[in-house]
Amino acid sequence: MTAVLRDIYYTVFDFVRTFGALQLFFLRLLMYSPGIFVKRFGLVVGQVYNAGALSLVIIMICGLFVGGVLGLQGFSNLARFNAEDSVGAVAALALVKELGPVITALLFAGRAGTALASEIGLMKATDQLSAMEMMAVNPIRRVVVPRFLGGVIAMPLLAAVFSMVGLLGAHIVGVVLLGVDVGSFWQQMQQSLELADVQEGIVKSIVFGVVASLFAVWEGYNAIPTAEGVGRATTRTVVITAIVVLIFDFMITAVAL
Amino acid sequence: MLCYGGTAGTGQDGRPSQITMIMDAVSDNLLEIRDLDYSVGVRTIFKGLNLTIGRGQVTAIMGPSGTGKTTLLRLITRQIVPDRGVILVDGVDIAKLSLAELYRMRRRFGMLFQNGALLTDLSVFENVAFPLREHTRLSNRLIRHVVLTKLHAVGLRGAADMMPGQLSGGMARRVALARAMVMDPEILIYDEPFVGLDPISMGVIVRLVRRMNDALGISSIIVSHDVQEISTVADCSYLISGGQVAASGSPDELNKATSELVRQFMHGMADGPVAFHYDAPDYEEQLLGRDAE
Repeated sequence: MTAVLRDIYYTVFDFVRTFGALQLFFLRLLMYSPGIFVKRFGLVVGQVYNAGALSLVIIMICGLFVGGVLGLQGFSNLARFNAEDSVGAVAALALVKELGPVITALLFAGRAGTALASEIGLMKATDQLSAMEMMAVNPIRRVVVPRFLGGVIAMPLLAAVFSMVGLLGAHIVGVVLLGVDVGSFWQQMQQSLELADVQEGIVKSIVFGVVASLFAVWEGYNAIPTAEGVGRATTRTVVITAIVVLIFDFMITAVAL
Repeated sequence: MLCYGGTAGTGQDGRPSQITMIMDAVSDNLLEIRDLDYSVGVRTIFKGLNLTIGRGQVTAIMGPSGTGKTTLLRLITRQIVPDRGVILVDGVDIAKLSLAELYRMRRRFGMLFQNGALLTDLSVFENVAFPLREHTRLSNRLIRHVVLTKLHAVGLRGAADMMPGQLSGGMARRVALARAMVMDPEILIYDEPFVGLDPISMGVIVRLVRRMNDALGISSIIVSHDVQEISTVADCSYLISGGQVAASGSPDELNKATSELVRQFMHGMADGPVAFHYDAPDYEEQLLGRDAE
């Protein structure tokens, strides 16, 4: 009994300590971000390229097929109510408010998040971060903050691309393949989609960008400096990001409704 | 050459060792370590370590594997902090420096890591230029001039455009040496600089260490196992064992020392106070005993 209580105590203690350390780490990133953004903009642009441009292909392919599925599902289900012309509206609402930010965040964690975590973890394992420290260069400013900012900037852009390509996929399936009237498809979409829906999607994609980038750089920076440690950090990045993104998605949706 | 081994600089019989001498001028001390304790978990690495490094000297820190030589370098540069004790660099307690002050202090250091620790996303040229780009506003033309000069000194000017992944271990360490000295530091710290170097490169690097130290008036701290190479370059050597300084003095003095530990280490003998085998149960019992089944 005592052993169980002790285990619970240490588990809670570890969780609280890690959570506190994460918050302090996040505050440091926020504190350094304006300076890096202004003075070392080139570094940030490089990381937007790494996290964003290099993720474009996977985002576009997935967006196209998710949009296609929405077109198929929307058509077959709405046809029961003779409302198949609304497939554009359904696809747009689902993509812009929900699927665009969420699936992009999950894909981002899998593609860019793991790359960030493993890169920083390997830099730690090979003493590159220590070498920077010894060269009087703060590795959080020089390495972590540009990667964090790159992810935060890239994520909403990727979510926007995902939604746009998704709409194209829904159009191809709904209009080209299933014969929905093209005018109705786009007109109903314009009528149903309001500015608040787009704002909700933008807020979600920014929050998810912060979450995915934060956990990626946090896990990499705190990885145990061994091959196994870096591997674990990479895995944790995906798992934790996925869980936290879905929790935040629920919370933001609840607030927005 | 004068060399100070602190309170732990005693022989096996507990009396002050013949090879221990005290630096008479305090102002000549670049670095002082007093009563340093450091543990990792339950394992004690240092217990009451005292050590002084003189200005302008090449000081070697030697010792059997696992005695904490690299850990000592990390303590000296405050990459880690001791449990107890004081580390003074030029009379300043580095534990009390703010982060900004620590970084200012570190600009006076150059450190060569055991594995080179080159930034893998930058070319050889950009690795050496990295500290200049971070800390100075020199023109690209001047940076190019400085970097090529340093690369030429380590014989790798021709490898300027290569990436770290294309270099051998020895080449990577030479590039790291060029990077360590590019800011003209006052103190150069080498962590196992001779490992993996071919005899030609090793000879060049040994001479380079000595020449840089004398020509630039810097101080050098070398952690190494290479007793022969160290003997040719060091003014003063410390032998660390059991968490303390077991002996100190010039390489000649260490070579002539009568202490069993020093003799075992300097002459590479299998038998002596330092056991080759890590603590283990009885060999025969473990192989043939009940556990074997």
